[in-house]
Amino acid sequence: MRVYFDYNATTPPAPEVTEAVVRVTRDTFGNASSVHHFGQQAKAAIDEARSAVASLINADPSELVFTGGGTEADNFAVRGAADALEATGRKQIIASAIEHEAVLNTLRALARRGWRTTLLPVDESGIVAPDRLREAITADTAIVSVMHANNEIGTIQPVRELAAIAHEHGALMHTDAVQSAGKIAIDVRALGVDLLSLSAHKFNGPKGAGALWIKRGTRIQPILTGGKHERNRRAGTENVPAIAGLGVAARLAAGKLADQDARVGALRDRLEEGILRGVPGTVVNGARTSRVPNTTNISFDHVEAESLLIALDLDGVAVSTGSACSSGSLEPSHVLRAMGLPAHRTQNSLRFSLGRFSTDEEVDRVVEILPRLVEKLRALTRNGRNLELGIRN
Amino acid sequence: MRIVVAMSGGVDSSVAAALLADQGHDIIGLSMQLYDQAGGEASFGSCCSLDDLHDARRVAAALNIPHYIVNFERQFHEHVVSNFVREYTAGRTPLPCAHCNSDLKFATLLERAQGLGADAVATGHYARVERDAASGRYSLRRGADAAKDQSYFLFSLTQQQLACAVFPVGDRPKHSVREYARQRQLPVANKPDSQEICFIPDHDYAAFLDRQASGTTRGGAIVDEHGHVLGGHQGIHRFTVGQRKGLGVRASTSGAPMYVLALRPSERQVVVGPKAALERTMLRASGVNWIIDRPSSPIRAAAQIRHRHQPAPAAIQSIDDGRAEIVFDAPQIAITPGQAVVFYVEDLVVGGGWID
Repeated sequence: MRVYFDYNATTPPAPEVTEAVVRVTRDTFGNASSVHHFGQQAKAAIDEARSAVASLINADPSELVFTGGGTEADNFAVRGAADALEATGRKQIIASAIEHEAVLNTLRALARRGWRTTLLPVDESGIVAPDRLREAITADTAIVSVMHANNEIGTIQPVRELAAIAHEHGALMHTDAVQSAGKIAIDVRALGVDLLSLSAHKFNGPKGAGALWIKRGTRIQPILTGGKHERNRRAGTENVPAIAGLGVAARLAAGKLADQDARVGALRDRLEEGILRGVPGTVVNGARTSRVPNTTNISFDHVEAESLLIALDLDGVAVSTGSACSSGSLEPSHVLRAMGLPAHRTQNSLRFSLGRFSTDEEVDRVVEILPRLVEKLRALTRNGRNLELGIRN
Repeated sequence: MRIVVAMSGGVDSSVAAALLADQGHDIIGLSMQLYDQAGGEASFGSCCSLDDLHDARRVAAALNIPHYIVNFERQFHEHVVSNFVREYTAGRTPLPCAHCNSDLKFATLLERAQGLGADAVATGHYARVERDAASGRYSLRRGADAAKDQSYFLFSLTQQQLACAVFPVGDRPKHSVREYARQRQLPVANKPDSQEICFIPDHDYAAFLDRQASGTTRGGAIVDEHGHVLGGHQGIHRFTVGQRKGLGVRASTSGAPMYVLALRPSERQVVVGPKAALERTMLRASGVNWIIDRPSSPIRAAAQIRHRHQPAPAAIQSIDDGRAEIVFDAPQIAITPGQAVVFYVEDLVVGGGWID
């Protein structure tokens, strides 16, 4: 039995999505910019997807620009807004310290071009307090970018309050909703943001498709230059099959959000409680109240997360340490570090993220095998240090 | 048996994994990330070792075995790189691969393997381990392919470590290893052998040491055996005993080529002289590891003082725990502090230590 608890890395595509991607790849191969029948068919597929994504987040279809994924949407939002706002003379960009690398490294790139960047701290709950933004924001602030839900710990940020503060100071508000879109209800009007990124493969859609929602009237420059695709905002022949898949995933998510929330949330809670009860020396990282329902991040005392991850995989259970992008690097999770956790807890934490196809049996399996695997690793760290210390016979 | 194979992406460790998998063992491939592979944006895409990890992954996929990259940057730096830098700056010539074997592969990696329920760690070394049924002691022998033998780099493995070591290619000649890789259609079958120290891919040791030991490496004088200054140098870490090239000095009288005889770190001096002055019949070793029971009286063995050295007959006396005195029957050229001296009886490794 293989258990997949790494939905925050990516999700299995829904059968309806796979069907649509295959069908459109085969039958709707036209270039959506073409005038003829084939082009019209492709354009219709994109229009349908645009309507579906708009419904998911309560947006107008014309406010959505399809991208090659969440990272491109984040880059477009932050770079594109920075380019557009350069003329205003504002030179500061504010983000939270727990943003995804797609935002953090974009800020670093802009800092090299003369932008002043400020990272808002979080407390141990993993949530940005609106007061931190009030302290940091100035008349010089052009953009505030704070994620909706964190990818590593799942905490939901007070985006609506943050957006209000940003707007009081005349700044644009972007939110990276890659880990919340399709998982919890999103209403861009209620959130009050100007820009919102989402990614298809995080909610059972295909990889290589995402979208940036741009509130009508928001000043933004394209970051890819070329043809007049996406109403001059994102050049390049549209990836029609993936966009169609995104549309199907959005329709499926919108139709089932309430049920999914409750079902996945109950599974996650049972998993979390089972681990906390069954494995001594475990603690949940981040606030447990304001969280997406599918994620839990747990520290295991006296265990190297890298080893536990491999041991679980060998027993057929797929989880991750922090974000998928940082695996293989020695850097402890920047999210857990920003929360002020001690060094060992940034190295001994695993993320379990569930989703649409997760089952009770999978939860039972993980709760059953974890105590034994953890105990084995702990026994070695207790007894096996003589090997690493090179004690000779 | 569950066995972890240390997969470097080279043909030897790839075939090691294939052989064990084909024997029906439960194989897990682990590749060690030992130094910063990304290297920041400046060197983006320029590191050859990323290609090695790519190859290891492809081999694991071809064999249908699980494969993981484990991050040992911290441990590698602690056990191997810092020792390498310390030794060179102390005027010695280190042997990092031997430290990597005993202090990393059969220490940190072995511990990691045991945590995953494995009984042993296999590598692509050309050497052989056998267990004596009567005594229960493990012996280490040269690889069957004399030209590829790597037992010299494994002398410091303890009994505890040898008990968990598997060298699947040790009893094969290299050509048959490549043949197996081809038959098995491994994507690395025709990949060239690696030659240099893995963490200095550009082979520029001096530049690496300058970076690592910044501020502590300073120039000094090149002197002859009588203390006469013949020239200058840019740091003793750039020299090794027996070196002839790159000195920029010649004997004042005869014009004969000069060799590095010794390095004096406290005076920052490089001592040079004629080839004949490199000859020594005696050396002392410390950190000695006996693979046989430690002998209480002198033994006769062939002592090998560097990787490419024809072992020479010698009398070896264990002085006390961890030290030994080696007296060769005939003088040896360029006995180099920091290198290993390994004692062989025929192809059996009986022990070895670090040259003082």
